[in-house]
Amino acid sequence: MSGQKLIIDSVTKTFLEKKGGTSTVALCDFSLEIGAGEFVCLVGPSGCGKTTLLKLVAGLEHASSGSIYLDGKPVTAPGPERGLVFQDFALFPWRDVTGNVAFGPEVLKVPLAERLRTAEKCIDLVGLSGSGHKYPSELSGGMKQRVAIARALANNPELLLMDEPFGSLDAQTRYLMQTELLSIWNIDRKAIIFVTHSVEEAVYLAERVVVMKSSPGAVKSIYPVDLSYPRRLTDAGFINLRERITADIAEEVG
Amino acid sequence: MSNRWWIPNTCRGEDTRPLRLISILLFLLIWEGAALLANIPQLFPTPVAVVISLGQLLIAPGPPGMEWAGELMGNTLISLWRVIVGFALATVTGVSLGIIIGWWRNARDLFEPVIEILRPIPPLAWIPLAMLWFGLGFKPAVFLIWLGAFFPILLNTVLGMENTPHKLIEVARTLGAGPWQILYKVGVPSAAPSIMAGLRIGIGIGWMCLVAAELTGSNSGLGYMIMYYYSTMEASKTVAGMLMIGIVGFLMFIGLKKLEDNILFWKAA
Repeated sequence: MSGQKLIIDSVTKTFLEKKGGTSTVALCDFSLEIGAGEFVCLVGPSGCGKTTLLKLVAGLEHASSGSIYLDGKPVTAPGPERGLVFQDFALFPWRDVTGNVAFGPEVLKVPLAERLRTAEKCIDLVGLSGSGHKYPSELSGGMKQRVAIARALANNPELLLMDEPFGSLDAQTRYLMQTELLSIWNIDRKAIIFVTHSVEEAVYLAERVVVMKSSPGAVKSIYPVDLSYPRRLTDAGFINLRERITADIAEEVG
Repeated sequence: MSNRWWIPNTCRGEDTRPLRLISILLFLLIWEGAALLANIPQLFPTPVAVVISLGQLLIAPGPPGMEWAGELMGNTLISLWRVIVGFALATVTGVSLGIIIGWWRNARDLFEPVIEILRPIPPLAWIPLAMLWFGLGFKPAVFLIWLGAFFPILLNTVLGMENTPHKLIEVARTLGAGPWQILYKVGVPSAAPSIMAGLRIGIGIGWMCLVAAELTGSNSGLGYMIMYYYSTMEASKTVAGMLMIGIVGFLMFIGLKKLEDNILFWKAA
């Protein structure tokens, strides 16, 4: 399948328990392909291996079997072309906003002037202009997550991996962040894999919603979302799809 | 005074600081009264006698080589220099070894058994050996300060490095950081609060060790001075020296706290 940005080819991930020697299968024979610039949401019950999958794609974990290819090259280690955003932000508390956002270019030895320019551009992009000198302890949850997104964008990744990034935000902030994420995605069309618990969020954001089943984690079904942006939570088509996916997951949990 | 005494003061926003002054005045008053009642000035001096002794010690010629500084300040400077050298050595060795042990598990398994054997030995138990090895004066004192400050600095550094949030390491890796960059751009700054706490504990213990070392293994310094006036039965000068030891220890603690607030400014908000 050429032309695909990311190919996840029958990946299995088994964790060995520290005690007892038993092993847990987190992902079993998981396959998925993501196109360039595509926005895909993963939903599914807790413990279905969503986070594990993101870590595998990020290169933080190694698959027990199967392979992951980015632009045809196998993924073996983390790399700046794949940006990761965690739910709990994981900002460096001793660095101000600029310092956090410029971390990627800094460790990649980009010259100071250039990385400050990059940082400023990304800070502007997430709507935090003028907050470059603030420290994480001075920021609200929504602002922290903006910084985390800007930090991931600063390396200009081709693929953005987001692990329930808005899960800890209040409803208002969450809605605002979703809208902003879509507008950022519209500007530079990076491929995004977005993990979420919320079916509504998935249908609101994604071009395709991938429903996962648990123990072991695998693809249950895939729903293309043929609704034009910006989507309205109250459209009949939106509600219909949301309910179908919700029922699909409920069947898995029940 | 509010009659709702059962509500914590902190919730009522009252200024309770005047109590601190009252505390000191009350202490001095009771001391003065008790000393006057006891009426044995050689053994139990009054605060007034101590202040007079402080004045005399300031004027009296200093220890050999430090005559210009006066007895009190000369001995204080000698003690301070010892503690600075010992503490600096403890900081360098404790922090660097702590970073290594806290970051690499095999280093930990290599060093920890020995550390766990040596650590419970009180630094003061090393005084005889320190005197055998280094004689009297500067060297054994520096050795004991180093010994006293080293372990708290080491252990707190190890703790800080080990507790580096795993998420931060993962984020750094995805952003392209290599192993060394992760060590000094994530591990060390993340351990900084714990390291600073270790330094604060270390300087306190180092100061105690110094005074103990000077009591026995030295012929200069504040510890020696208070011991000397014990032998001449001049308790007021001994207490004056004790006061100086307390003041210097307190000032070092405050200085380090200020330094800590400056380095860890990002923690406060």
